[in-house]
Amino acid sequence: MLFPSYFKTLVGKEVVVELKNDLAISGTLHSVDQFLNVKLTNTKVVNESKYPHMMSVRNCFIRGSVVRYIQLPASAVDVEILHDATRREARAGFQKEGGRYPSL
Amino acid sequence: MMEEVPLPGTALADELDKKLLIQLRDGRKIIGFLRSFDQFANLVIDEARERLIVGEQYCDCPLGIQLIRGENVVLLGEIDLEKELPEGLTAVSEHEIKTAIRAEKEMNRMKATIRQRMDFLDLE
Repeated sequence: MLFPSYFKTLVGKEVVVELKNDLAISGTLHSVDQFLNVKLTNTKVVNESKYPHMMSVRNCFIRGSVVRYIQLPASAVDVEILHDATRREARAGFQKEGGRYPSL
Repeated sequence: MMEEVPLPGTALADELDKKLLIQLRDGRKIIGFLRSFDQFANLVIDEARERLIVGEQYCDCPLGIQLIRGENVVLLGEIDLEKELPEGLTAVSEHEIKTAIRAEKEMNRMKATIRQRMDFLDLE
């Protein structure tokens, strides 16, 4: 459960979620779940004119399976903590409840 | 960092009975009220309509109650009720929008054929 736990530490940060259909949405990370479904608030589509239907949407839920990238602010990322967490998970064999994602 | 992760069930519970815009993997946009969901993001949408947009024209085609299989869902957006009707777009009837869609498809097909022919010339 490495990455869902990691994203929980990023709640409140500004992120840009790029989807597999090339849609990119910036917003504040509101919540994440074990499938890496993401909820964003205060959303703004990056290429707004190309997606007029999104103009009236301010909060959205994004299914984890359609995400290509989640762009994080560099200042919010502590690489050392990630390294340590990954080493711990690797030692535990990535075994955890809901082991659908054995190695993210 | 190994703390409690939000329970999978809660994600969409806040969106129940809200007017949502659902984008599907095939590019369709469905608008309606979320009545039910499950862990796969299968959705039951009430008063559903498909919003078709061509250029500056749009049309909401009514669909009734829909069950959408979760694997097709891209995103669910909460619609700001004040800004719901898209600005800069004119409402047209179902018949007009379907004609516009056919015209656009025809144009895209022609453009593709022209491009194919131009590529062929470039090879020489």
